[in-house]
Amino acid sequence: MSEPVTMMAAPMRLDYVFTPGVAQGKNMHGLERGVFIGQRCPKCKKVYTLSRGSCPTDGVPTDEIVELSNTGTVTTYCVVNVPFAGQSIELPYICAQILLDGANLSFMGLIQEIPAGEIRMGLRVEAVWVPPDELGPTMASVKYFRPNGEPDAAFETYKEYL
Amino acid sequence: MSERCAVIGIGQTVAKSKREDVSIAGLVREAVVMAVEDAGLTFADIDAVVVGKAPDMFEGVMMPELYLAGALGAVGKPMMRVHTAGSVGGSTAIVASHLVASGIHDRVLTVAFEKQSDSDAMWALSVPQPFSSPLLAGAGGYFAPIIRAYMHRSGAPRDVGMKVAVKDRLHALKNPYAHLHLPDISLQMVEDSIMLWDPLHYLESCPSSDGAAAMVIGSERAAAQAETDTGRRPAWIHGMAMRSEPTMFAGRDQVNPQAGRDCAADLYRQAGISDPRADFDMAEVYVPFSWYEPMWLENLGFCAEGDGWKLTEAGATSLIDGGDIPWNCSGGVLSSNPIGASGMLRFLETALQIRGEAGEHQVPDARRALGQAYGGGSQFFSMWVVAVDKP
Ligand SMILES: [Zn+2]
Repeated sequence: MSEPVTMMAAPMRLDYVFTPGVAQGKNMHGLERGVFIGQRCPKCKKVYTLSRGSCPTDGVPTDEIVELSNTGTVTTYCVVNVPFAGQSIELPYICAQILLDGANLSFMGLIQEIPAGEIRMGLRVEAVWVPPDELGPTMASVKYFRPNGEPDAAFETYKEYL
Repeated sequence: MSERCAVIGIGQTVAKSKREDVSIAGLVREAVVMAVEDAGLTFADIDAVVVGKAPDMFEGVMMPELYLAGALGAVGKPMMRVHTAGSVGGSTAIVASHLVASGIHDRVLTVAFEKQSDSDAMWALSVPQPFSSPLLAGAGGYFAPIIRAYMHRSGAPRDVGMKVAVKDRLHALKNPYAHLHLPDISLQMVEDSIMLWDPLHYLESCPSSDGAAAMVIGSERAAAQAETDTGRRPAWIHGMAMRSEPTMFAGRDQVNPQAGRDCAADLYRQAGISDPRADFDMAEVYVPFSWYEPMWLENLGFCAEGDGWKLTEAGATSLIDGGDIPWNCSGGVLSSNPIGASGMLRFLETALQIRGEAGEHQVPDARRALGQAYGGGSQFFSMWVVAVDKP
């Protein structure tokens, strides 16, 4: 006799078509070309990366498109050592807030080609893209960021973007 | 001019990692029956029900409040659902209180819950999206870099977080409703636990819990009736505030968010608080990761910016060490985290303290207490002040 079933796990999946809208569409077409796109607010002149199309502070459309640098600064980070379902990266890995040069908003990115013990705030990094024939309209086009060899940025230069 | 209102009934389940014996409906039912009976009432006396929980994707049950109407005694009554991520338990209590303070209802039942064993919060918080990198690794991965920024800015010693982790678990040993009871907890034990999201150890993080919390909020008339019927004194609400800010904007200070500072300023104005450290006898504050204690000590104005860790280090927030401003005497979110209910538990614990019914974790003669909850990427805040004296 087997034990009566009192509970079961029922894995589900849901496939869907993602409609990015105009602003996200511009960002994604940039990623498709291996370029980070920023959008500048006409009022406060801040440049938003991965913009949703409006300035959160001023509430106006960020119509001006700017191409951003491939390099940036690690403003803060953590070293992830926790396994979870759906994870696609080997543990442990470095997860960092990256402020691209010319941008006024950081975003989270993977850092590789540096031992976890050497990662630090202010580290200068560059994006490593997938080969040209694999580029697509997704952040997956960016393989990871790696140190670019420049001296660390001073805390003063990025303290507002932690 | 708003009507006076008070907490007149309290109910909570024992937080556990898996409540396999009950469904979500069974779980919330336990808490609401306790709260209604605690107020000396029956479900017929309840005018309206306000429900809160974390995002529906956690358990994968969309709009669960609809299916829970029967279990909550809400059939045929006004029912409302509140959504503000991790702060939702606090916001839900505030929405319920507004329905009484505005004079619309006399007795409102409010409840919040999470059944994490039915869900996968880590997955729900890390779903791949085309416009972001697939590496968030849950809430810890989001908050750890912010904690590192705090450590850098304040120059706090590395062991402050571990001290909070020990202190809240020692408090939890005095709370029979807490999920984690770790009698051997020590700094060494925290330090020896796996570094999940450097700088956060496993034991500096909250557990995953099943649990529900409920309160009955009553008008002045309802409070007087409840006190007569039950002999329990009401916990009078002296102020309540909510604030939010965008998750992302240039120059956002995630370490010390403006929404939190603004929320506290509004709350303190309502409740006549000028010096939080002196004016409160205790506080229950949403600290899911150890370092959020010193960060919120600063955000809530208990000390100057950069000094929060000094209070923690000096034992000021420890009930056991006789600190002058005990924080999270219940064990806090670090000891029980039924996400949606966690914010309400903060509010509920302040009411329990004001009624003098917190048992072993009671702060002697607690007359005024602060409850706080935050949620999402630190963009939602909800707070209240409860006190023994009528406002
Ligand atoms: Zn702007």
